[in-house]
Amino acid sequence: MTASYFDLVGFGPEGWGPALATATFITLAVALAGFAGGAVLGGLLAWARIAGGAVIGGLAQAYSTVMRGIPDLLVIYLFYFGGSAVLGRLAALFGHAGFIGVPAFLTGALAIAVVSAAYQGEVFRGAHAAVARGEIEAAIAIGMSRPQILRRILVPLILRYALPGLGNTWQLVLKESALISVIGLVELLRQAQIAAGSTRRPFEFYLTAAALYLLISWVSTRGFALMERRSRRGVGIAI
Amino acid sequence: MIDLAFLRETFATLVSGVPLTLQLAALSSLLGAIFALLLVWAQVALPSTLGRVARFYIFAFRGTPLLVQLFLIYYGLSQFRPTLSALGLWGLLRDPYWCAVLALMFNTAAYCAEIFRGGLQAVPAGQVEAARAAGFSGFLLFRRIVFPIALRQALPGYGNELVLMVKATSLASTVTLMEITGLAAKAISQSYRAIEVFLVAGALYLVLNVVLVQALGLLERRLMRHLAR
Repeated sequence: MTASYFDLVGFGPEGWGPALATATFITLAVALAGFAGGAVLGGLLAWARIAGGAVIGGLAQAYSTVMRGIPDLLVIYLFYFGGSAVLGRLAALFGHAGFIGVPAFLTGALAIAVVSAAYQGEVFRGAHAAVARGEIEAAIAIGMSRPQILRRILVPLILRYALPGLGNTWQLVLKESALISVIGLVELLRQAQIAAGSTRRPFEFYLTAAALYLLISWVSTRGFALMERRSRRGVGIAI
Repeated sequence: MIDLAFLRETFATLVSGVPLTLQLAALSSLLGAIFALLLVWAQVALPSTLGRVARFYIFAFRGTPLLVQLFLIYYGLSQFRPTLSALGLWGLLRDPYWCAVLALMFNTAAYCAEIFRGGLQAVPAGQVEAARAAGFSGFLLFRRIVFPIALRQALPGYGNELVLMVKATSLASTVTLMEITGLAAKAISQSYRAIEVFLVAGALYLVLNVVLVQALGLLERRLMRHLAR
């Protein structure tokens, strides 16, 4: 009667393997979407801090202080309930009454993006500060235009210096994605919860989820190490 | 436009969750720091097998989400209820408060261990050599030389971890504890006014963390007063 662990998480008729594999994919997808959105927003934040002057730069700084000072879970609740409140009010204009749910994937990815942007902004700003002035001066001296300097000198250097920080942020984002389970997105943790409820074997399923997160995080660490090595090829032992 | 009466009412509700948030953060940070010291000790002073166990522990707890760890303890361990009852641990592990403390503590210990190890490794070898030359050894060497230097090196990183802990206590709301986030989620579902409630809850966390950061800054300045100007 008690199924073995491998029957439970396997791909047989009784197994939760396919569901867990799909959920792992959803976790990766929501984390990647949030991370990419956070990179765009974080880039804008860094730009505002670097070139935005007192007011815009100050606003960007306040944004990143606030976002790094409040819990991610609170932001997720804001987007979930706040989003449905806004949608509900819009729908009421068209004569619809009652609660309207917002898509959990979109809400989750947005919340992750908004939070991780604060961290990625700091990473990009630090990387920009690390670019040696001489590199820019040299580019000006050989007659590069501003867009050329940005594309050929600044962006490649900033990406190289930002990679370690971006790797850390990606790990944060990956772990933050588990919080999206509270708003009902069936990602890895939520799927483990469902399987645990239906089989009454919570320990095995949460442990499996933990192992899958660990696997993703370990593979990402390796991936970022490879990317860092590639980004520094030909640089010698500068950093 | 801004409903001040509602904001004041929400503030009064949410502020009653502050003691629980602080209690969770303080208790689990304290226990976690002690556990972290054991993990560091296992890595630097004990046989390599135990050091490897400690390193795997740190790898596993830093590589998985805190929420998974919390659910593993709160829901997962309930599967072993008969055994845990026999061991007398069930009273502790069925209580969401202690499960939250345990999860937070195990989690922060892994991060703190890395911070503390970094602090220890940053102690210059010359300082230790000089102390040995002056006749220090054993615990006296640790207490007078190694520890004060390591503490100064580790303090900024440890401060960040404390701020993260205050934020992490919000996860306790997922196992029914009514700290600030739990009360906020309840207030939102009763009033459907997510933005106002979020503003109040966010402001509370921000105040807690700003006070914490200021206090840590004071401590750091005091510890570094030999370097002032």
